[in-house]
Amino acid sequence: MTEQTSSYCQVGSFAVGNRLVDPHLRTVQSDRLRPNALTSGHRACQGCGEALGARFVLDAAMAATDRQLIVVNATGCLEVFSTPYPETAWQVAWMHSLFGNTAAVATGVAAALKVRGDTATRVIAQAGDGGTVDIGFGCLSGMFERNDDVLFVCYDNQAYMNTGVQRSASTPAAARTATTEARGREPGNAFGQGKNLPALAVAHEIPYVATASVAYLHDLEAKVGRAMELHGARYLHVLVPCPLGWGAASRDTIRLARLACETGLFPLFEAAHGEILSATPIRHREPVEAYLRPQRRFAHLFADPPRTDDIARIQAIADRNIGRFDLLGERAGKGSR
Amino acid sequence: MLRQIEGSRAVAEAVALCRPRVVSAYPISPQTHIIEGVGSLVKSGRLKPCEFINVESEFAAMSVSIGAAATGARAYTATSGPGLLDMAEAVFNASGLGLPIVMTVANRAVGAPINIGNDHSDAMALRDSGWIQLFAETNQHAVDLHIQAFRLAERLSVPVMVCMDGFILTHSVERVEIPTQEQVDRYLRPFAPQQVLDPAAPVSIGAMVGPEAFTEVRYLAHARLLEALVCIPELAAEFERVVGRPSGGLVSAYRSEDAETIVVALGSVVGTVKDVVDQMREEGLKIGVVAVTTFRPFPEQALGQALEGAHRVVVIEKAFAVGGRGVLGAQVDALVSDRGTKTYTVVAGLGGRSIPEASLRRVLGEAIRGELGAMSFLDLDRVVVDRELARMAEDPRRAPSTARVPRDVRENAARIV
Repeated sequence: MTEQTSSYCQVGSFAVGNRLVDPHLRTVQSDRLRPNALTSGHRACQGCGEALGARFVLDAAMAATDRQLIVVNATGCLEVFSTPYPETAWQVAWMHSLFGNTAAVATGVAAALKVRGDTATRVIAQAGDGGTVDIGFGCLSGMFERNDDVLFVCYDNQAYMNTGVQRSASTPAAARTATTEARGREPGNAFGQGKNLPALAVAHEIPYVATASVAYLHDLEAKVGRAMELHGARYLHVLVPCPLGWGAASRDTIRLARLACETGLFPLFEAAHGEILSATPIRHREPVEAYLRPQRRFAHLFADPPRTDDIARIQAIADRNIGRFDLLGERAGKGSR
Repeated sequence: MLRQIEGSRAVAEAVALCRPRVVSAYPISPQTHIIEGVGSLVKSGRLKPCEFINVESEFAAMSVSIGAAATGARAYTATSGPGLLDMAEAVFNASGLGLPIVMTVANRAVGAPINIGNDHSDAMALRDSGWIQLFAETNQHAVDLHIQAFRLAERLSVPVMVCMDGFILTHSVERVEIPTQEQVDRYLRPFAPQQVLDPAAPVSIGAMVGPEAFTEVRYLAHARLLEALVCIPELAAEFERVVGRPSGGLVSAYRSEDAETIVVALGSVVGTVKDVVDQMREEGLKIGVVAVTTFRPFPEQALGQALEGAHRVVVIEKAFAVGGRGVLGAQVDALVSDRGTKTYTVVAGLGGRSIPEASLRRVLGEAIRGELGAMSFLDLDRVVVDRELARMAEDPRRAPSTARVPRDVRENAARIV
């Protein structure tokens, strides 16, 4: 028998719901009696970040609300792979209406609950990035502005994966998609475009806005828990890698989700009523190259000759995030760990 | 209670008597006075409990209604013209999901050119959306149809559009008998939905259906809509027993029993046609009118019976299929042409243009004399149109000038009645 070393942080981070910690500090996911709002048997791809994200978020929300939850889902991968009639993978009251109206449908659900005096049942609306930042933005902004009692969750995989990987307003610069091909003088998605939805949500001055990642489960569950303690319009933006659309190995979903944060490309923060409250510091800073290289959507950046100019522009985006959110704790006087 | 009241306000009162629990709306002329009225009744506390939600678009208005109805709340909204088209995707979704939403459509033209006046282009564009479509002839009729609409929608789990002519009905003040709350409560009981979003008994609503079952699902929706043809007369009869006034139904005939010429129309123009029928009857002509109250589902049997014996049917329509024929006209033609009945489609009242009695008398006379074309446009300014057609013939790439036509029409305005 060979000897293995064992460490507290089994994957080099605090990502897993570690069974060594006290029960009350464990994640909802580590509980064998977790709700499994999105249960097994659905048709998502292997390594799907969105399926993982949806289960993490909804299980945490069900735990926070004593399972008194109604979920409204936009058209997209999450809807298609979970409910091919007559099957359903949902173990929660769930409804799908259209692609662009999810926030408004959720407003209607919340209004129906309010009018009959049901204060226990809570409402979550969920969509991919297309259903949030593009076609769903009108209804989402309206829901924010009216401060309707809905938590809207965006599972951001940065393109229209369900229809075959076309660009959305959440697709990062330089990324190859089916409508931003990696050819020509400016290969991939253009620089200087796109919508920063978390920032737009903060600008609506709603009670709660947060970003989260499937790589940081404790952090994600804590943010869902805080969101469910509050009423009014709330927004959670979760980065969910897509092995198919990103051209990444299925086993790398969590790794890429973590690298997005560690490079500074996807800052984790919380905001309330228009003010940034806190940001999660980067523990091990990585250059953007470490995040870009494993993804085929960025392969043209590393061709011969490499696009060092574009890589530098992406690094500048990460550096700007790090400065803006003080992700290295420099302004807080802590420095990088 | 008999009241002198604006049509929109009367409809708002009728809707409030039906106790909707969620009302969401986006303002658009000429629907505005309806939602202002409902909003006012909610604010004043006369309609409670009710959530009145000012949304950012008609698409959102219908979507909020979808969410509310799926959660078991009686839901209502109202719109007009372009607003109906803005929500079109959600309109189809509401019927597909079997949600008994009631919506007033204050009928308005659809641009370009932008026009807030009345015609039926909006409702006709969504005639195949799987909703029941009822057309009101008067404001009294509009009030009665709304009350019946909630009952009908919830009986069948099918949404209902109550169409009333924008401005002509919505903005006219006339005498309307508003039923009492006690009467409406007796007729319309609290909403008991067939399926709701409920954490205690979770269901998944709105699943994806592929080609293996989609045809069957659509067929069943069709069969369900056809059930309304049985249901509507029953609910109209019950309405009469409770409220004491006949109203609603599939079709409504006026002096058509022995008529050789029958006019068929939707909505408020029927009133004008009735006056013209009376005048022509006095002149000894055998003429009558049949109003189509229920346009969707299409009452083939009832309308076919009402048109039996007619030599000719003249369909007056406030919409048409551009590049095709009339919409109602084509359906009427399909119904009676086998019997040798001649049909005529007269497109009239587009974009709020008035439909004068004299013009109606003229086309009906032409139809009786066999001088009317199969499809014609009432009071079309031939001079202006021919001049523009000639210009277009000179340069085939040129589209009709939307800038020049109104100017030319103004020059010829004296010739329009």
